[in-house]
Amino acid sequence: MTEADFNTVLPEVVLAVFSMAALLYGAYGGKDKTAPILVWITSAIMVAIALWIGVNGAGVQTGFGGMIVNDAFSRFAKVTILLSGAAVLLMSESYLAKRDLLRFEYPLLVALATVGMMIMVSAGDLMALYMGLELQSLALYVVAALRRDSVKSTEAGLKYFVLGALSSGMLLYGASLVYGYSGTTLFSGIIQTANAGEISLGLLFGLVFLITGLAFKVSAVPFHMWTPDVYEGSPTPVTAFFATAPKVAAMGLFARLLFDAFGGVTGDWGQVIALLSVASMFLGAFAAIGQRNIKRLMAYSSIAHMGFALMGLAAGTAGGVQAMLIYMAIYVTMNIGTFAFILSMERDGAPVTDIESLNQLSKHEPLKALAMLVLLFSLAGVPPLVGFFGKFYVLKAAVDANMAWLAVAGVVASVIGAFYYLRIVFYMYFGEEGNGIDGQMAPIAWAMLMVSAAIMVVGVINLFGIEALAATAADALVK
Amino acid sequence: MTVFDFIFYLFAITVVTAGLLTVVSKNPVHSVLWLILAFLSSAGLFVLLGAEFVAMLLIIVYVGAVAVLFLFVVMMLDVDFAELKGEMAKYMPLALLMGVIILMQLALAFGVWEQSDKAAGLRAAVTPDITETHNTAALGMLIYDDYILPFQLAGLILLVAMIGAIVLTLRHRTDIKRQDILAQMYRDPAKAMELKDVKPGQGL
Repeated sequence: MTEADFNTVLPEVVLAVFSMAALLYGAYGGKDKTAPILVWITSAIMVAIALWIGVNGAGVQTGFGGMIVNDAFSRFAKVTILLSGAAVLLMSESYLAKRDLLRFEYPLLVALATVGMMIMVSAGDLMALYMGLELQSLALYVVAALRRDSVKSTEAGLKYFVLGALSSGMLLYGASLVYGYSGTTLFSGIIQTANAGEISLGLLFGLVFLITGLAFKVSAVPFHMWTPDVYEGSPTPVTAFFATAPKVAAMGLFARLLFDAFGGVTGDWGQVIALLSVASMFLGAFAAIGQRNIKRLMAYSSIAHMGFALMGLAAGTAGGVQAMLIYMAIYVTMNIGTFAFILSMERDGAPVTDIESLNQLSKHEPLKALAMLVLLFSLAGVPPLVGFFGKFYVLKAAVDANMAWLAVAGVVASVIGAFYYLRIVFYMYFGEEGNGIDGQMAPIAWAMLMVSAAIMVVGVINLFGIEALAATAADALVK
Repeated sequence: MTVFDFIFYLFAITVVTAGLLTVVSKNPVHSVLWLILAFLSSAGLFVLLGAEFVAMLLIIVYVGAVAVLFLFVVMMLDVDFAELKGEMAKYMPLALLMGVIILMQLALAFGVWEQSDKAAGLRAAVTPDITETHNTAALGMLIYDDYILPFQLAGLILLVAMIGAIVLTLRHRTDIKRQDILAQMYRDPAKAMELKDVKPGQGL
């Protein structure tokens, strides 16, 4: 290992070393009493690392013999992951503290999961990919079961763990096939052996198993079954975390694997991804209609959104990757705002999750209701909000790649999906007066909600320039 | 058939049989014992391949530690294995069918087994020349040099597993007496006991 190798993973090392130091501080310095300060410090460090990566990074560096690739794509994904992780961590503090769930390990597990995600998006080797993925998943299984005295939360953790282990098994099986047929675990080596026309059948088998394993992680249909249960059972801040950073990381990993290792056979995996995409969009749109529980509803919503993001990948072009990155960044922003609101849904101090409790919210809390209105419209993809542009980019990428049918399917699914978002808006503005929610929002969550809603409106001017950044990132990935 | 072939088939058949018996044994303790046999025989296979380090690792780690832990867990847990087995028997036909289908599909893939032309070269590129280095030394060089990053990440994963186990199971009980070693050490004999001169025949 040389200094240059070490420099490529320096941000990860800093975050990992910080978590270990914080673990010692927490264990010897007052146990759970240190949790609030650790939450703040962890978020601050994550934001600092995001700025450091965003401002300082340039060019392409590879380390550890190609095992880690540090390019514009991984930097874009890392910044998104770190910022969203920090935002979720900050807004979860008061919720967890109120319910006596704020253990000092929570911020550390989130930080370690983030390290795993950062490795995932910059992996250049099947082994690094797997290590990053497991580091992330294992930390997520634990936080899913954080409310260990509740049956639902432990069930969520266990279900997530068992299905996650199954998907890891598939992924590993695919990785072993790929290694067997191509003779290397390095993406840069695999791409030499996987050329269009001469790709061996065994390698294709391996690729399909790898896609299956990763589809579990992004909860694409038909590997989505765990999502609603895990979203519902986990404590709400943890659900918010699940819906944001890990999704970006898994999509990033997906893109990296498909383009870095199998970029020569776009046609072979393009159809698989397109199928996953269509199935996810439609199932997400239909299944959410019957949901009354807002956490389950958000789970199906995330499935549908992953379908749209996969559409960008299915296009198999630099434009598609750019659209996917823009979509993910917008999706994460919308979800942070929406979950900031869901965190505050409570009646008499107990959290409520049924959407009927939002009836007539606009009368009691006009500002919050307005912010939610903007966010829900944006989630549904109603122009001219930012959410519309996310969908617009992926649809355009699909059309440009001669996949007009996929784009049409996307438009239809998005119209169907709009129904359940608009129903919540209907309840908030025209619903019957009933048992409403009475919780006070923590100042940070309030700020997140308002900022995220404001971004949805103000962002239409130029999308805060992420379009150009995403284009650079996509060009770095798709050569 | 050379003696090596004979030994190979001996070990290979033992592995498969022991593996099968691990799954079908009624008594879970027997299952674990069969598992140990499977590990030992696969260690034999590794020796035949010339990978003696991996063989020893398999015996020390899997037989020595993991299998023994399994045995403890199986003996201590109060799980009704007969019931679990009954549950399994219910789904057996369907599971068997699926297994056979997947096997057929994979057989199709293996039927056209065809590696990429570059595969052999790529595979050999990472390992040191087998005639020059001992395989233990070669492994050491790979793990602690080329693959230091996955190795360290594996360490982080284990750390997360440890934190997770503690977060999910540790409960600080307040209603029990704990040993305070310092308090024990600083006990003063003068205060802790009292000497009394008991006269014979009188008592206290």
